[in-house]
Amino acid sequence: MGFKHKDIIALRDLTKEDIELLISTAESMREINSRDIKKVPTLRGKTIINLFYESSTRTRTSFEIAAKRLSADTVNISPSTSSATKGETLADTALNLLAMKPDIIVMRHAVSGSHYFLSKKIPCSIINAGDGAHEHPSQGLLDMLTIKDKFGRLDGLKVAIVGDITHSRVARSDIQGLTKMGSHVFLAGPPTMVPPGVEKLGNVTVCPTMKEAIQDADVVIMLRIQQERQGKTLMPNAREYSRYFGLNPENLKLAKPDAMVMHPGPINRGVEMSSYVVDGDQSHILKQVENGVAVRMAMLYHVCGGELAE
Amino acid sequence: MATEGTVILDGAGVKRALTRIAHEILEKNKGVGGLVLVGIRTGGVHLAHELADRLAEIEGEKVPVGAVDITLYRDDIKGHAEHLPVGKTEIPFTLEGRIVVLVDDVLYTGRTIRAAMDALMDHGRPTSIQLAVLVDRGHRELPIRADFVGRNVPTSRTENIQVMFDAINKPTDVVLQK
Amino acid sequence: MNLLIKNGRVIDPSQGIDDMLDVVVEKGVVKEVGKGLKAPAGAETIDAAGKYVVPGLVDMHVHLRDPGLEYKEDIVSGTRAAAAGGFTSVACMPNTKPVIDNKAVANYIIAKARAEGFANVFPIGSITYGSHGERLAEMGELKESGCVAVSDDGKPVVNSELMRRALEYARGMGILVISHAEDLALVGEGVMNEGFTSTELGLKGIPSAGEDIATARDVMLAEYTSSPLHIAHVSTRGAVRIIREAKARGVKVTCETAPHYFSLTDDAVRGYNTNAKMNPPLREADDVAAIKEGLKDGTIDTIATDHAPHHIDEKDVEFNVALNGIVGLETSLPLSLKLVEEKVLTLSQLIEKMAGNPARILGIGRGTLKAGAVADITVIDPAVEWTVTGEGLASKSKNSPWLGEQMKGGAAYTILGGKVVFKRQ
Repeated sequence: MGFKHKDIIALRDLTKEDIELLISTAESMREINSRDIKKVPTLRGKTIINLFYESSTRTRTSFEIAAKRLSADTVNISPSTSSATKGETLADTALNLLAMKPDIIVMRHAVSGSHYFLSKKIPCSIINAGDGAHEHPSQGLLDMLTIKDKFGRLDGLKVAIVGDITHSRVARSDIQGLTKMGSHVFLAGPPTMVPPGVEKLGNVTVCPTMKEAIQDADVVIMLRIQQERQGKTLMPNAREYSRYFGLNPENLKLAKPDAMVMHPGPINRGVEMSSYVVDGDQSHILKQVENGVAVRMAMLYHVCGGELAE
Repeated sequence: MATEGTVILDGAGVKRALTRIAHEILEKNKGVGGLVLVGIRTGGVHLAHELADRLAEIEGEKVPVGAVDITLYRDDIKGHAEHLPVGKTEIPFTLEGRIVVLVDDVLYTGRTIRAAMDALMDHGRPTSIQLAVLVDRGHRELPIRADFVGRNVPTSRTENIQVMFDAINKPTDVVLQK
Repeated sequence: MNLLIKNGRVIDPSQGIDDMLDVVVEKGVVKEVGKGLKAPAGAETIDAAGKYVVPGLVDMHVHLRDPGLEYKEDIVSGTRAAAAGGFTSVACMPNTKPVIDNKAVANYIIAKARAEGFANVFPIGSITYGSHGERLAEMGELKESGCVAVSDDGKPVVNSELMRRALEYARGMGILVISHAEDLALVGEGVMNEGFTSTELGLKGIPSAGEDIATARDVMLAEYTSSPLHIAHVSTRGAVRIIREAKARGVKVTCETAPHYFSLTDDAVRGYNTNAKMNPPLREADDVAAIKEGLKDGTIDTIATDHAPHHIDEKDVEFNVALNGIVGLETSLPLSLKLVEEKVLTLSQLIEKMAGNPARILGIGRGTLKAGAVADITVIDPAVEWTVTGEGLASKSKNSPWLGEQMKGGAAYTILGGKVVFKRQ
């Protein structure tokens, strides 16, 4: 037992045991976040670069706090998209950063798979903070931790994921992680937002309507709908989307009485979720944010595990 | 679990040692007032609970018991091929103004104790920290000394000392492995 | 330029020959194919025992990148790659800089290839001026200056009316239109085939329907205008079906596929391998099976490589940023020989698809060993095993999905007009 990966790019690349270890470490890390002195010396002297090609206050802040609580030094870099397209290639940017001897690069990038590309170029650890529509492993892990907090297990749960599956890296990480851990994932969304073959990713069922997905669900994960997709080819508008794929107190009754509701944020109140649900008793959205720090501490800790044993 | 080696302290011996340590703690601190026990994961936690039971038998009052995991405070963290799993630290009470008796099974280089003290300090400012160990095997690398020792066992660095516990985490015996 | 090639298995589908024969070349033309032939005066003798002696292979779809993009490939390096792959003739697509939409560019290519090349180069002119898809290029002049077809390859002619007129006008000028069949709206921002793999990798998909629809449109326009049409790089089962049905109706349509479409599926993209990124994209197992079926039943007339060299800086980047295309001239023959091993094609059918058919489609008078024909001959060693390496490739660019892989079979000698231009070491 032990974590043998230099990078964490996708939950697809991790085993069930890897995921269990990360979740268990996150559970231990949580204690630090409840202290007066929220800091341990573990990663003292380590340098972590947060390289965010897409803006994300939430994820970047969460990674930064996680790093600081482990005593690592952090630097945030957000190359503006325009200068990145005009000038330096990703590989050159990374090689330049590498010359400053970071131990971990946490990167968000709009192109799926760019972390694998980078991983072949540079020896330091790479953590994926979201790549295109591919994966968002820290979100997947924190979702699993939040679910485990409530049910004590992930095995045998019915988890509904509703929304734009095609463009969602959160959905892919949730599907990869949850199905590995024994949950049964039910998907619903307009067929324009459900990608082909998604049911082959694991124990996944694609439902024709939202109702069938959330019926008797233990967990309902609502995905953010990109407002900019309105009026284009994927859906008529937010109003109609909300009517058929929005979560409200009425349709939430279809789920189990103690079902938990989650959302990766940021939320479009009144579109994918009614405020009554966002702020309701069944909402675990802020728990997710809280768990995000612990999960990212666990990720940073384990990828920093020194030379790999050959 | 069958382990080859010499039993240097059997079950009865462990019990006697713990009872003696309990008495010494009471004597030094003049009772259990303001006293808390914090065990170092994992062996130290089991022993801390044993000591708490002894203290309760003698004084009729149960002292709080906490657990500290020192993984995140290790000074040899770079040396591991992969990082060790992190255990939970559980100190569900304040350390401010308390006398903390830190409990571990074997005292060796002192580095674990250093790490545990750093961890405790991050939880608050105790009045004092005292150290209780079942076995002191010598070879200190830091200026650290135990206040309460069950048994001093001279060892060589190639030897290993293991405190054995049964299925319900009660100490059985102490084994010296060559 | 006198040669005796003896002891080989001579395969020339144009004459129905498949036998152990000798070939005599005199003054750069085939003099005789027969048993126990004597070397003419001053002839070099090639012992082709254990080898196939076939008409020089013809690749009707390559990108030589010259003029304008010589950092990727030029006429010399590209034809050297052709020769190394057993090709004596290639037809090069017009998406150069400037585009082959006028006599000057066509003349430059032909002249440079004659002077310095290792293969015959037949330029393909553009359908529309600048390949902008707005107005017809001067197809008459292009034909007169040596272009063997017209195509806007790399992009489709989006405007259906313009495509209709292109087909009609080209028919009048006696020049073939080659269609790059792609519905750009359906492709959108897609970067690989749409399917399970794109779903798992989170990459935007290109639906196969995009190729099917564009193929159907152009086939219908060819049918309506009674014009000949050639469909480039067929990759989908839908396109194969549409072309098969059109041929059965008597539509004058021909088509090609490329070795990667019968050798690889979109699984090759896993790991975000930019050397598996091309357009059309690698498809799924069902499509590969349909392509093989199309080759077998004659729906697909020829194997062309779509040789598309790109500089490492254009491939060693994030997947979405990487350019489409792979080099193919030097791997086409071994990959195609596998079709014979898999009994998809007979050896004779394969040679027909790699030499006789493309020569006939383009009307270039090659692809045969008939007496009097130009002595473009490929001697194939079916047993030679070799590894694809960057250094080993003659092309300037190394963007092959088979780097590091073992190949079986290849050209032993490539003979251009009676002159050995490539000899395997």
